[in-house]
Amino acid sequence: MFHWLEKNPFFFAVGVFAAIAFAGLVEIVPNFAEASRPVIGTAPYSTLELAGRQVYIKNSCNACHSQLIRPFKSETDRYGHYSLSGEYAYDRPFLWGSKRTGPDLHRVGNYRTTDWHENHMKDPAAIVPGSIMPKYTWMYTKMVDIDTAFAEQLTDAQFFAVPYNKPVPMKELDVDGKPKTKIVKMGKSIAEANAMALVEAKDIVKNMKDQDIKDAVNKRGEIPEIVALIAYLNSLK
Amino acid sequence: MENRPLEYDYTVAKMFMLTTIIFGIVGMSIGVILAFELAFPGINTILGSGLAEYTNFSRLRPLHTDSVIFGFTISGVFATWYYVGQRVLKVSMAESSLLMFLGKLQFWIYILTVAAAVVSLFLGETTSKEYAEFEWPVDIAIVVVWVLWGVNMFGLIGLRREKSLYISVWYYIATFLGIAMLYLFNNMEVPTWLATSAAGETHIGDWFHSVSMYAGTNDALVQWWYGHNAVAFGFTVPIVAMVYYFLPKESGQAIYSYKLSLLSFWGLMFVYLWAGGHHLLFSTVPDWVQTMGSIFSIVLILPSWGSAINMLLTMKGEWQQVAASPLIKFMILGSTFYMFSTLEGPIQAIKSVNAIAHFTDWIVGHVHDGVLGWVGFMIMAGLYHMAPRVFKREIYSKSLMASQFWIQTLGVVLYFTSMWIAGITQGMMWRAHDQFGNLAYSFIDTVTVLHPYYAIRGVGGLLYLIGFVMFTYNIYKTMTAGKRLDSEPASASPMGA
Repeated sequence: MFHWLEKNPFFFAVGVFAAIAFAGLVEIVPNFAEASRPVIGTAPYSTLELAGRQVYIKNSCNACHSQLIRPFKSETDRYGHYSLSGEYAYDRPFLWGSKRTGPDLHRVGNYRTTDWHENHMKDPAAIVPGSIMPKYTWMYTKMVDIDTAFAEQLTDAQFFAVPYNKPVPMKELDVDGKPKTKIVKMGKSIAEANAMALVEAKDIVKNMKDQDIKDAVNKRGEIPEIVALIAYLNSLK
Repeated sequence: MENRPLEYDYTVAKMFMLTTIIFGIVGMSIGVILAFELAFPGINTILGSGLAEYTNFSRLRPLHTDSVIFGFTISGVFATWYYVGQRVLKVSMAESSLLMFLGKLQFWIYILTVAAAVVSLFLGETTSKEYAEFEWPVDIAIVVVWVLWGVNMFGLIGLRREKSLYISVWYYIATFLGIAMLYLFNNMEVPTWLATSAAGETHIGDWFHSVSMYAGTNDALVQWWYGHNAVAFGFTVPIVAMVYYFLPKESGQAIYSYKLSLLSFWGLMFVYLWAGGHHLLFSTVPDWVQTMGSIFSIVLILPSWGSAINMLLTMKGEWQQVAASPLIKFMILGSTFYMFSTLEGPIQAIKSVNAIAHFTDWIVGHVHDGVLGWVGFMIMAGLYHMAPRVFKREIYSKSLMASQFWIQTLGVVLYFTSMWIAGITQGMMWRAHDQFGNLAYSFIDTVTVLHPYYAIRGVGGLLYLIGFVMFTYNIYKTMTAGKRLDSEPASASPMGA
């Protein structure tokens, strides 16, 4: 048979393809419906958070930071509850990373503050002596791209049925014992999306010290990248 | 068939040899910069804080991985295909003006694609997926390059005089099919300019931005099915194709066992794809996928060692050639590093080992003993074998080649030993508890302890880069000042001249 295959390139190629495609079919396909269901308490990203996520990706933060807490005592001690599949339901792309040159960030919103990030991103070694993380100074002067984040939200809603403007269940219960709900709103137009992001940004800069950043947001209505990034990091809980 | 050997046309092979060398230098130089940035973070702002965005570790990291994968390695695969393909199929590129045109077209589209990829990564336009960072316009260009290569490959196969496909051709076909399948499925994404706002606005924001077709755990599953197997079909399969051709040609020895090559080939094809799950151990993908990934990684030792043993036994009774020829040295040490790396990988895929190794520098070390010791050595060996036949000149300096071999070997050894120590040290420190059950170290303790190993790794990488520059110089001098050859250097099997 093999001698015959080696003289018939077409069937040879078909054979090779069957051999290599088989594993993917068995391993990947059955999982799809199961894994994409969100766990209670997981909500889609707001416009500013999504813009911050794009800043995170743009600067390959995921090259050095994971977002996957493994179920070991040492990891839950350090980072919090181990990660659950449904928590990633709105993560497109996933950002688990493959290398921890720096610590995991999956629940960084639980134990770091806006103030901490503001100072840390400017000069990591000043906050954590011995840190080898580079300074991200340009994030303080470059403005974030809200339009593209808005386009991403629209894509999520229109192609992947991500529940924007719809109630999603939260962990907390109301007086009747039913889960409270949260509605993550998305703008109707580019202008509204930008206005909504600015409202979020104003909330973030309340806890920031850098006067230039405060002025950019409060006086000029511009949003530096750092503000969006902090909004995203704070949302990781 | 006539007895006179065919005149082959190496125009396209030469073009890709050039890019192999250029992208090799670029990719490896960026790698060395990255290595020293981890050891000495001041280097992140080496061109001043104004340009820090473009010299900083995180922006450069995908440029390093992608330029050595899609630049250096894939160029090497194309270059060797356009040399090996003609010779084992017994057909010259010059016989078909269409294939020649498509080959050149493939080259130029490839160059444009690389240029677009470099610019977009410098600007931070990335999908974040490892080795699949490119946004959709670049993805489409890559698909075009790949399809052109496939058309050329099957076109040449269609015209062949030698009816039986030599082992190397099996592996090249598998490379083409494997990467095509993996790349297409992993890069499924929806461009954001397709969306419409409630107010009717379209084409909002950056036109090249996209959203992954898969979310969360599914995205991870598809990505590591891709990530792991891109290594299989980019760093293993085509390199095995090269060693099956170049080692017997250079040594004049016939392949040790046809049956072993059959077992290794079909075994590798079937087993490799299952092992992707070992990148996701203890993650949120289903347990059975993790276990399958782990088990099949162990099984993978068989076909991997099958090829490597086949190579080493090809030298049976001719081991003096290893001492005499630096070119044989590259190929034999390359095969040995392949054995070594394909044992190390499965060990890291065992769950209890992975618990320590994952997320650490040991993984980085593993990748590099494979790519520096196996992929890099074999591609350079292939080009060294091709140079006298393509340029019709003798290799400029054998002693330079020998010094290069030892410098690079030392570099690889420094690289992986330091990363072993770094990885295991860090993995153990992360999980250490004191007598009260509290974590013994804060995270930063596990970073500062790595400084000496990062520095040693940087030196190892630098030695390898120096060796590569020596290689470049040697090839350049061969092209321009090597002794002219009247006839091709003698070599025997496979399949005659």
